Amino acid sequence: MTDLTRLSAAALSKMISSKEVSAVEVATAHLDRIDAVDERVHAFLHVDRQGALDAAAAVDRGEITGPLAGVPIAVKDVVATKGVPTTAASKILEGWKPPYDATIVERLKTAGMPILGKTNMDEFAMGSSTEYSAYGPTKNPWDLGRIPGGSGGGSSAAIAAYEAPLAIGTDTGGSIRQPGAVTGTVGAKPTYGSTSRYGLIAFSSSLDTPGPCGRTVEDTALLHAVMAGHDPRDSTSIPQAVPDVVGAARLGATGDLTGVKLGLVKEFAGDGSEAGVTAAFRESLEALVKLGAEIVEISCPNFQYALPAYYLIAPSEASSNLARFDGVRYGLRTGDDGNRSLEEVMSLTREAGFGPEVKRRIILGTYALSSGYYDAYYGQAQKVRTLITRDFQAAFEQVDVLVSPTTPFVAFPFGSRTSDPYQMYLADLFTIPTNLYGGPAISVPCGLSEGLPVGFQIMAPTMADDRMYRVAAALESAVGTFTPPAL
Amino acid sequence: MAAISREEVAHLARLSRLAVTDEELDRFAGQLDVILQSVARVGEVAADDIPPTSHSVPLTNVYRDDVPTESLTQAAALSGAPDAYESRFRVPRILDEED
Repeated sequence: MTDLTRLSAAALSKMISSKEVSAVEVATAHLDRIDAVDERVHAFLHVDRQGALDAAAAVDRGEITGPLAGVPIAVKDVVATKGVPTTAASKILEGWKPPYDATIVERLKTAGMPILGKTNMDEFAMGSSTEYSAYGPTKNPWDLGRIPGGSGGGSSAAIAAYEAPLAIGTDTGGSIRQPGAVTGTVGAKPTYGSTSRYGLIAFSSSLDTPGPCGRTVEDTALLHAVMAGHDPRDSTSIPQAVPDVVGAARLGATGDLTGVKLGLVKEFAGDGSEAGVTAAFRESLEALVKLGAEIVEISCPNFQYALPAYYLIAPSEASSNLARFDGVRYGLRTGDDGNRSLEEVMSLTREAGFGPEVKRRIILGTYALSSGYYDAYYGQAQKVRTLITRDFQAAFEQVDVLVSPTTPFVAFPFGSRTSDPYQMYLADLFTIPTNLYGGPAISVPCGLSEGLPVGFQIMAPTMADDRMYRVAAALESAVGTFTPPAL
Repeated sequence: MAAISREEVAHLARLSRLAVTDEELDRFAGQLDVILQSVARVGEVAADDIPPTSHSVPLTNVYRDDVPTESLTQAAALSGAPDAYESRFRVPRILDEED
């Protein structure tokens, strides 16, 4: 009998709609796989067996049909799920059950996608390894001694370990793409504003972008189409139709890129990437040229300032967003002995509830926003953001997409970048410029370096998400997909 | 020269309502100094005449139609509260004894 957990979402969908297999059987196979391997992988913070089986049964009764009806999915724990624990991997939200669903969760439910559970992440999506999760890290299915990337390491590890065919992530500085790269899976950050933030626990509101994770480009596009679209409950949601990403992925899979211009960012060449990453990236470029693509070298002189600008803008917004965790309306309250003041209880609650990286970023953001430092730090970072946007706009006058490695290094061993936080930040070197600009980008597996996966990043203009799917699918058709060793 | 002192970090922690320990202060001061020295590079960019970007989506004044829709019930809104009293959030003391 076919192992249902090894099939693509597209294949599962066909089998479910033709009644070759029931949605309950598909959900059960994945829940059993979670039972068998998640003790070692730790991709999930919460598994909702009953909820998933109930949703699958509704599909089997014919109540819901559609392109992904009955295909199960894992959801990052930063996204609110009604009645199902949502912690953002923080102790401050331990045990919290949201009273409402995020818009993207509503869309999954409307599409008939059973939600298997909530995936592990760096606390409040701050990190590149899941080592900052308050509930312990997720292990990379390729090598359990290495990080699965972050912040969405749980979502990417879940699909790499065949615990789920699809997952939802969120990408503020690379939290979908970098975990995709280091786990050998696909991860897409849609255009900012094309996927709703309603019900997403806010980290950096001008950057946070929910997006799809899958094992193939087509699967990722199918999920993208389900989750994206205008939402009146998100004031930064773009009131425009989402490009046909599924059609673009299918077009790309034919392997013809004749006339497509790929921009190679000059400033990213040899910029701290491991030799194995650079080698896999170069081979992939040659593969794309064989498919008809043209390579154009592009200069984006301000990209070198993206990382510093991001690490001022994101912590500044976080310091403000995380003020909501005050021990009054939800989550933890510590030290309320009847004598202490509100301010004392608040300070003790936040001290006990937040982990070290969250505290560092709150303090850093508070500093960058303080009077006397505001112009030099936050204000200047916002101006740099303008210049980075102009770099992208000028680049897209010459080429269709920009390409780079997704992250400078393959999955690193646990503990190797936690003592110096800035070393962790370097994981986001190539992913951050896109977040500051707001356009879409995708990471697709392109090869191995010493047995570990390397990701290839494709960046496209705002609301041209279809372009990156076409190139990603073409690359996938040339290099194939990558399977981790058996767990 | 250090970009940020231990005293400044202590002050910022107070502003941020974080009751950090002495050990954390020691550690964060060093780490934040490294981070600040790195991010200070944004200052190298000549950007005096460049307008700031706060947001990539140029939308302003997004309103919905003035039509009543369902909202959370009072019970649902209070469901996650650490302490509730007579359908309200209960907070610790906000005034000093002598006030």
